[in-house]
Amino acid sequence: MKLITHNMLTSNILKGVTRGFPLKIKADKMEHISVDYNRDFIARIIPRIEYDALRAAVNDLGLNESLPEAMSETLQQDDEFLKTMHKVLLEYEVEEGELICPETGRKFPISKGIPNMLLQETEVS
Amino acid sequence: MASKRPEHQGPPDIFYNEEEARKYSQNTHIIDVQTKLSERAIELLNLPDEESCLVLDIGCGSGLSGEVLTELGHQWIGLDISQAMLDVAQERESEGDLILGDIGYGMPFRAGSFDGAISISALQWLCQADKSYHNPVKRLYKFFSTLYSCLARGARAVLQFYPETPNQVDMITQQAMKAGFTGGLVVDYPNSTRAKKMFLCLFAGGQVQQLPKGLTGEEGSEEIPSQARFDRERQRYKNLRGKSLKKSRTWIMEKKERWRNKGRDVRPDSKYTARKRPKAF
Repeated sequence: MKLITHNMLTSNILKGVTRGFPLKIKADKMEHISVDYNRDFIARIIPRIEYDALRAAVNDLGLNESLPEAMSETLQQDDEFLKTMHKVLLEYEVEEGELICPETGRKFPISKGIPNMLLQETEVS
Repeated sequence: MASKRPEHQGPPDIFYNEEEARKYSQNTHIIDVQTKLSERAIELLNLPDEESCLVLDIGCGSGLSGEVLTELGHQWIGLDISQAMLDVAQERESEGDLILGDIGYGMPFRAGSFDGAISISALQWLCQADKSYHNPVKRLYKFFSTLYSCLARGARAVLQFYPETPNQVDMITQQAMKAGFTGGLVVDYPNSTRAKKMFLCLFAGGQVQQLPKGLTGEEGSEEIPSQARFDRERQRYKNLRGKSLKKSRTWIMEKKERWRNKGRDVRPDSKYTARKRPKAF
């Protein structure tokens, strides 16, 4: 699972959860796979990214990437920053680990890079 | 025939086991059909030209539709209920990110995440009550309402599906409209049972958009006169009851038209059509 997916995922399909974002992330195994850099895509997607959640995830995973504390309009044009964002969003893969709902503490296991969001009937909102 | 439908054989997470999933990576016919459907769905999605977008693939399965998205330069996230199918997708090294989940429980995404959504042959599964507590109408509504919120304003969702009965089409469209979508059904090749394909083309808010037209197989040909022609010419073959004489030019033209409507490959009409061959000497 890439961090761009983590940034979009919520647990609000659970009963009683209103926001369910950001999910806490724990990784037992990670991989780094290089992906072709596409400046347009990154520039297009950045306004949609919850930047604080992304920084928290990078911190949780202990990645050695320096993301500036706050995002600004000028940064969104900065090539160096876009490249870092590309690397963080698309190149790091969580292979094994888990996602944790911030409101209920429900755990969603990640195995072979695929988060399991299946629910029991009693948990469905 | 009805019993051949995969939905009747078991819930999707059970039906798409390793054996069934393998078909989706080896059977060239399945791959070909799925790829064609995906291409058409993405065409209907009408994403901005030359821009790479983030697309949600609902019921991505082995990632065949995703491969088409990747080829067109888009990023995608896929959701499917079958672990075996997702394993195949990973074997095929699909570029998209995969999530195991049940679309009937809703889309687990933040509001406004995606530029568009496609789904190939998945929606009909929601019409089945595979577990005692499943209620198809509720599951459909949950699916559409959460899908609506995770799309960007003005984004489209194109969902290709195989309805079993006209009632299912009604049920699906009703729940989509109830969830706030506009748009409707686009039917390709409506006159053919084999080539007919249904796409539910939905718009999530934004400006009013024109629903695209379905393919009929006669694009680019001349217009068909909308009015019947009346002439005083005496009907020579009254007993044919409106049918033309076999092997005549009109008969051949009619047959070609019929085949075109079914979406089959038919040679274009010309002045040589139905002309007799010269007698050999």
